Amino acid sequence: MNQAQNGNPSSANAVEVRGLKKRFGRQQVLDGVDLDCPAQEITTIVGPSGEGKTVLLKHINLLLRPDAGTITIEGVEVTRLGALALNAVREKFGMLFQAGALFDSMTVFENVAFPLVEKTNLSVEEIAQRVHETLDAVGLQGMDTKFPSEISGGMQKRVALARALVRKPRILMLDEPTTGLDPTRTGAIHELIRNTQKNFGLSAVMVSHDVPAVFEISDRVAFIKQGKIRLYGTPAEVLAANDEVFDRFLKGRASGEDLEQTATA
Amino acid sequence: MNIAETIERLGALILERVFALGGFLLFLINALMYVFLPPYKPRLIIRQVRQIGADSMFLIILIAAFTGMVLGLQGYKTLSLFGSEGALGILVALALVRELGPVLAALMIAARAGSAMAAELGSMQATEQIDALTVMAINPVQYLVSPRIVAGIISFPLLTVIFDVVGIIGGYLVGVGLMGAPAGPYFNGIKANMGSHDIASTLYKSLVFGVVVMWVCCYKGYNAQRMATGVSRATTEAVVLSSVLVLAWDYFLTSILL
Repeated sequence: MNQAQNGNPSSANAVEVRGLKKRFGRQQVLDGVDLDCPAQEITTIVGPSGEGKTVLLKHINLLLRPDAGTITIEGVEVTRLGALALNAVREKFGMLFQAGALFDSMTVFENVAFPLVEKTNLSVEEIAQRVHETLDAVGLQGMDTKFPSEISGGMQKRVALARALVRKPRILMLDEPTTGLDPTRTGAIHELIRNTQKNFGLSAVMVSHDVPAVFEISDRVAFIKQGKIRLYGTPAEVLAANDEVFDRFLKGRASGEDLEQTATA
Repeated sequence: MNIAETIERLGALILERVFALGGFLLFLINALMYVFLPPYKPRLIIRQVRQIGADSMFLIILIAAFTGMVLGLQGYKTLSLFGSEGALGILVALALVRELGPVLAALMIAARAGSAMAAELGSMQATEQIDALTVMAINPVQYLVSPRIVAGIISFPLLTVIFDVVGIIGGYLVGVGLMGAPAGPYFNGIKANMGSHDIASTLYKSLVFGVVVMWVCCYKGYNAQRMATGVSRATTEAVVLSSVLVLAWDYFLTSILL
């Protein structure tokens, strides 16, 4: 428990967050977050809506800059870096956005090929080969010429995952990868994430509110509440912690209480 | 509400507006700067020239023809009161080249291509496609905005010249063909009285309008709020603001160029 506070040898962590603070207007969204994401493991950030999960992920993938605190990505402290150095760090990332964020003016093939076309000097044949390998790895074939609007939500997630993986990233980030999917598809996407993480040897940071289903594929779980990490550890440790707030969150998810809270918020 | 609170709110409002204005200017400076920085992607510019320029051509020709025709009609009616129908050519040509060509072309492109651009960038922002570019280490301003501004700088003068020429022909068809103004003086009058100065002013104006329209439409789309109403609001604001700015700039440019 609470390894974040005790600190780990930094080499073992893909991402280390220390004392991260972020304020939007009068709202203190992140209030001193400490988090370790061990290399080649899946770290899942869970918590109620509006408690800063996505904001935290947007700091780790360098879309937002913190007000205070540090973020270390594979040994590089990134909060003070300039634009060019930041791009060098981003080369390590693959990111799966909540709604996929596929380019809707491009076909499935063009979407997955996009990072290779824009950022590498590979030949057309090499790109086609890499794209098809990656699409195979996420279980999609024969979709090359379809546009994102012509395929199902689950397939869009797979395409987006393929695009995130096509440049062989070291760190995969996933923002609520199963939002909007039915339970069967949710299970399939979870399994896909687990398998990909193993096969590609990735470090993964995931934001999810799919509890407790997501625990099955997580190596570490961090429970965020009121801008702080309230619980951290392996899924078993977190479940056994007997934390009142966390238990209420788990039950709330099950009974749909959380939905009502968000609706009235 | 006490006085201190009122002043605080007023100050906050003014600061917010000043920051927004600064952001608006920096957006253009940033986009223009990235035109000159690698990686260079000419195909992105070509694609935008097609969308802004080539795809707007039919509309521009249509509007230009009717504008020229109505000028021919009105001009003939008025000039015939003074028995100077021979001046119809230069009247139509100067009205088009100096004012109507650049202004109407810019307004039409803003309505057609500018609104589409604001909506496209707005929905890209709303669905995190712009964030996706950033995370892929691709600068979204350089990838999305700079090519559009360059394409505007290329397309606007070309479309404006087409507008001018088609309008002059439209005026000829109605004024000379339909109303019976003398044919010879129509083009001779243009040849004798129109200087390079007039043609330069049509080009200067269309260049400035090209930058203004693309700048406003990209800015509004790029900074759209992340929801459906945000995209529609951005589109409306883009067209309204770029139209107003085109007309305002037209006044200032005319007062300098005339």
